[in-house]
Amino acid sequence: MMDSTLLISYVTFIFGLSALSYAIGGIFKSKTAEMIATAAMIIATAGNLSAFILRWMETYWEGYGHFPLASLYESLIFFSLTIGIIYLFVEFRYKIRIIGFFAALSAFLALAYASLPSVGSQIQPLMPALKSNWLIIHVMTYFFGYAALTLAFSVSLLFLLKSSGENPESGFRGRIPELKTLDELTYQLVMFGFLFITLGIITGAVWAEQAWGRYWGWDPKETWSLITWFIYATLLHARLMRGWEGKRLAWISILGFAAVLFTYFGVNLLPGLHSYI
Amino acid sequence: MNDTIKSTGLTDRIWNFFASVKLSVILLLTLALTSIIGTLIPQNDQPVQYLQKYGEFWHRIFDTLHFYDMYGSWWFQLLLAMLIVNIVVCSIDRLGATWKIIFPKKPVYRAERFRKSDWRQSMIAGQSPEKLKKTLTGYMERHFRHSRVESTENGYLIYGETGRWTRLGAYVVHVSILLLIIGVLISSLFGYEGRMNLPVGDTDNTMILRHSDARVQLGFSLRCDDFSVQHYPSGRPKEYRSEIVIIENGEEVSKRSLIVNHPIRYKGFNIFQSTYGRIPGNTFTLVFTDNASGLQIPKKASIGEEISLPGGKGKITVEDYSNNFNFRGHNLGPTYLSMLIPESGNPRPVIIPVEHPNFDRMRQGEFTINIENVDYRYFTGLQISRDPGIPIVYTSFVIMIIGFFVTFYMAHRQICIEAVRNHEEETTIIVSGISPNRRPGVNMAVKRVAGKIERTIQQQKNT
Ligand code: HEM
Repeated sequence: MMDSTLLISYVTFIFGLSALSYAIGGIFKSKTAEMIATAAMIIATAGNLSAFILRWMETYWEGYGHFPLASLYESLIFFSLTIGIIYLFVEFRYKIRIIGFFAALSAFLALAYASLPSVGSQIQPLMPALKSNWLIIHVMTYFFGYAALTLAFSVSLLFLLKSSGENPESGFRGRIPELKTLDELTYQLVMFGFLFITLGIITGAVWAEQAWGRYWGWDPKETWSLITWFIYATLLHARLMRGWEGKRLAWISILGFAAVLFTYFGVNLLPGLHSYI
Repeated sequence: MNDTIKSTGLTDRIWNFFASVKLSVILLLTLALTSIIGTLIPQNDQPVQYLQKYGEFWHRIFDTLHFYDMYGSWWFQLLLAMLIVNIVVCSIDRLGATWKIIFPKKPVYRAERFRKSDWRQSMIAGQSPEKLKKTLTGYMERHFRHSRVESTENGYLIYGETGRWTRLGAYVVHVSILLLIIGVLISSLFGYEGRMNLPVGDTDNTMILRHSDARVQLGFSLRCDDFSVQHYPSGRPKEYRSEIVIIENGEEVSKRSLIVNHPIRYKGFNIFQSTYGRIPGNTFTLVFTDNASGLQIPKKASIGEEISLPGGKGKITVEDYSNNFNFRGHNLGPTYLSMLIPESGNPRPVIIPVEHPNFDRMRQGEFTINIENVDYRYFTGLQISRDPGIPIVYTSFVIMIIGFFVTFYMAHRQICIEAVRNHEEETTIIVSGISPNRRPGVNMAVKRVAGKIERTIQQQKNT
């Protein structure tokens, strides 16, 4: 019988395949590989969505019935899904395939991490504090934000790759889109990501007020999300300063992504109320 | 160098210092970096714990730098205050210029800027510029708020502009941040929080404040009719539920189930399901065990009731109860405190811990006394708060999102269509665009306009 965990392992594989094909397509200029990559990306994203919905149904079959965003495992599945969705949007709108490799790779890594035994894929019933619609909106908006910022990070990496050294138009680097396109794409992804992590912080505050009677408490996870927010606010403003373009903005975007990663995974090492996501 | 310093007064220099985006970049990064400290060092613990953890030397340093209550420290608050001044000064400083951009007396377009734009699309049309003019101006007038035609040597330019007002979006965001900070200040100045442990069946109208232990009257009373905990089969807690009745002036105003995530809000107070516990009821059984014979004699009793010892050996009154009684450094758990009046001799206190029935042997009296059949009652632990800052903070959230939406997704854009005569029946049309405040998306807009124009011309040719 197909269950969501099994489906996710197929999806993981297809994301991996997609990453590989994007890499081959990019390096060897192979149109076929690029087509396969895009097709695999679409199939993996659709499969990921199905697995998410299936998981949702499974929580009902288990007798608990909750939106499947209640554990690290479930959040990782949602994370890869949002990466797939946002990436495909970018590919179809901008006709840029070059970050496909990073998108597929991040989705693959997220799901590979989810499959580790230490993460645990069992469906757990919800603790009373997690039973809230605000929590669902909070986590969903956050992950859309995270996914966009993950892609912004990969565009920034490409930017640095393209702008370092001589002859940006030769070899593989010649296939990276022009710097101005990359710069614009980063900016747009950061704006989307910033809007959504802001929504995430806000809905989180509303939820915290309902659950614990305070909208802000300097809990490490809250504080780290604020740190991330400050860094991306810095990026938006640094763009307004003369001389702060290109490379420096790319570095801030990378710094911001490091903060995103720490907010997501690292904070669990610190004591606090956010037990899992 | 000296001249400029002399000619600008101190106020000017302070103003310019705060009017710079550079300062805000520095402040935002500094806030981000320093905030990390408070997530690595646990906040507001006991000094002893810090001393143990970090040792004398680092403890001193951390303490001096206020790392233990970082977010409340003067230097962190100073950074925040500087950010506020920065936002205010910066916004005022630029508002005039922005205003002129939004409401210009006469909009100025410079062909040069469009010709140098990175975002251009060109196409060839098999008609003369004159023939195309109506189509092109018609298109621009329909799709852009402002449009204007300018003649050139061998053709013309048509400018179109939209979204000037979106320049105000950033100001909306900044205002929302100020409002947010005002809300947070009001929360911390006028808000308070406390708790009320309400046994099932009881009514109470006072809460105990968290930090000061002072009592505050709510102005109404709460009665708890029932409390229950539900568990999942695995033993995890599923739901805590209190049945709460609000009573004002002796009347039952409202009846509600209180569960986690669904607080009761009444007259500015927010009431949350926070914890629960057990307290002993008033009735229990006193058991006297004859130390010589081992014979047990139970007697029903209640708090304050005088009970005679078996065989008329004296009297005992259970006077009080403690949930966590501390005896020479040991926590005995739930414990009754009683007073024994022997037949002869002085009254003496007897400690009766419920969970340690043999404890009273130590006294080496004639009877060992313990307590059984305690009739426990649940109490619900309510957290009660009042926070007049919340409406302001939430309003600022809404305004902030609106501001983001306007700045991020509604751009100030200018599009220029240049028609250049190649020969009698052929024109090169160049669509180019700029974003005066360097917003993204111009590329897409240019492509869209170029595509539309190409299609329109094609259609006209066909008909
Ligand atoms: C946490 C604090 C802040 C947030 C969240 C914030 C947010 C924003 C946003 C979203 C924009 C639009 C950015 C864009 O066009 O790409 C913006 C623009 C701007 N911000 Fe801030 N800001 C903050 C603090 C400040 C401060 C302290 C200053 C003081 C100098 C400042 C000055 C500006 C300026 C000058 C603009 C450009 C306005 C324009 O386009 O006309 N901001 N801000």
